[in-house]
Amino acid sequence: MTTSVGEPNLIAITFFLVFIAVSLGITWWAARRTRSMEQFYAAGRSVTALQNGLALAGDYMSAASFLGIAGLVAMSGFDGLIYSIGWLVGWPLVTFLIAEPLRNLGRFTFADVVAFRLSQKPVRVAASIGALAVVTFYLIAQMVGAGHLIRLLFGLPYGWAVALVGAVMLAYVLFGGMIATTWVQIIKAVMLLSGAALLALLVLVPFGMNPLALFAEAAHRYGPAVLAPGRLVSDPIEAVSLGLALMLGTAGLPHILMRFYTVPDARTARKSVAYATVFIGGFYLMTFVLGFGAMVRIGREAITRVDAGGNMAAPMLAEAVGGTPFLGFIAAVAFATILAVVAGLTLSGAATLAHDLWVNVVRGGYADEHEQFVVARIATVALAVLSIVLGIVFEGQNVAYMVGLAFAIAASANFPALVLSIFWPRLTTAGAVASMAVGTLTSVLLIALSPTIQVDLLKNAAALFPLRNPGIVSIPLAFAVAIAVSLARPVPAEEQRFREAERRLHLGGE
Amino acid sequence: MSEREPARHATLEAVAAARWRMAVGLSVAMMAVYFGFVLLVAFRKDLLAVLLTPGLSVGILLGALVIVTAWVLTAVYVRWANRHYDAAVSRLRQ
Repeated sequence: MTTSVGEPNLIAITFFLVFIAVSLGITWWAARRTRSMEQFYAAGRSVTALQNGLALAGDYMSAASFLGIAGLVAMSGFDGLIYSIGWLVGWPLVTFLIAEPLRNLGRFTFADVVAFRLSQKPVRVAASIGALAVVTFYLIAQMVGAGHLIRLLFGLPYGWAVALVGAVMLAYVLFGGMIATTWVQIIKAVMLLSGAALLALLVLVPFGMNPLALFAEAAHRYGPAVLAPGRLVSDPIEAVSLGLALMLGTAGLPHILMRFYTVPDARTARKSVAYATVFIGGFYLMTFVLGFGAMVRIGREAITRVDAGGNMAAPMLAEAVGGTPFLGFIAAVAFATILAVVAGLTLSGAATLAHDLWVNVVRGGYADEHEQFVVARIATVALAVLSIVLGIVFEGQNVAYMVGLAFAIAASANFPALVLSIFWPRLTTAGAVASMAVGTLTSVLLIALSPTIQVDLLKNAAALFPLRNPGIVSIPLAFAVAIAVSLARPVPAEEQRFREAERRLHLGGE
Repeated sequence: MSEREPARHATLEAVAAARWRMAVGLSVAMMAVYFGFVLLVAFRKDLLAVLLTPGLSVGILLGALVIVTAWVLTAVYVRWANRHYDAAVSRLRQ
């Protein structure tokens, strides 16, 4: 079949321009309301539970989950669903363990929580390294993905696409801060959820609205193996390691954690993460239908002809069931998806640089509001420029492993220290710092020595470390280091402050 | 004031203990369900390939059920916290 995916499409460009116009309008409105640091980093803590639930979903569901998983399911059937499921199961842990304590103990970043009863400077420096590593790797993956996607969808040259995404994202964060970022994420989430739902419904019409009839047709056409586990997960240790990184990494992503500061209290934080779990789970259930729908309606051969990675499966499916207008809408959704995620990442990176490193480490906690604003905005511009430069530098490189790297660092460097600081009275400054340093270093080192880098990228015959996902080694190691170092040299004063932390954790700070 | 302080701490500790029992219990349940699924994918591919009806393999059914379990456990926690935990915390605040 023929497709107009990749040709400049008037409807796509119209949708896209409307989205840009609306989001910049919101940014202008938000800029007039951004007068304090509470507003810049935390939207004045006035976001409602439903709004934050949508914004969390918009912050989390990247183009990789929309286009990538639909393509993966279309190409490999059931194996693609393993990712759909892995990307959801971290959310209940965020609900049970993280969201409420984070809201009550911190102000803008997750380092606020870890540093609450420990020594500010060493903890914040160590937490910043992990946070910035996660943000940078995630940003590179998003920017490179954005460049390719926008070239495929709109026919815009790669470099221009990267610069455009960087510039629009910079406008949101620099002028509108968290208020604009929140609304961009809400609009994106509504567009993505309604676009995916409409696409799934249109796919199911010829099958009498019965997903099982669609799956049966896929099995009829490509063999019953598409409904069963295949070769993607062949090594059990690798499977558990990937699962650990996806599950615990979700609970350690700085841009996700930061969103819990935008709500008025812990009760709202709890409700908002429950909403997010419903939206994100519903979305990933729809990817079952979208992936098998693309397999049946478009066919694997036609999908790989347009993009070898299968990333165009969902847009091609939209064209097949809804014509060029629907393709245009889905292309605009993909673009909005990227913008919402990179804006969230950049804002959390700016909070780490300005709030954790500048205000609390360099200035020892004392900086007036004006200075904080100036530094936060310099950090935002620096991160936007960096992400554009890195996006262009990594053109043509396979950066898929960088999302895995970001999740591995989040799970190994951020999650253990964060959870122990909340739960375990005997955690010391040295224990937390050692855990975050070891978690970051081990994940980076083991991925550098893994088959992904050594064999796939550098074309060596073998890799020193056998696993592609380091989680099964790096996560227990980070917990063990934190516990061993804390127990080796107890600090009674830090343990005594746990009582105050616990009080505030449950009763709130204000 | 100083006489009421220890009693108040005891209650805070009781509330904290109940909160963590709930949090840890539900987290362990979620991890058991998810890693149970992952281990089935790794070790029992034959079982997951069994078709229950045309189009529905055990694997797809269990995969969807993992997502549903995440919803159910979240609902259990939010209901418990809204009813019991919030009430206990507001009693402590007074």
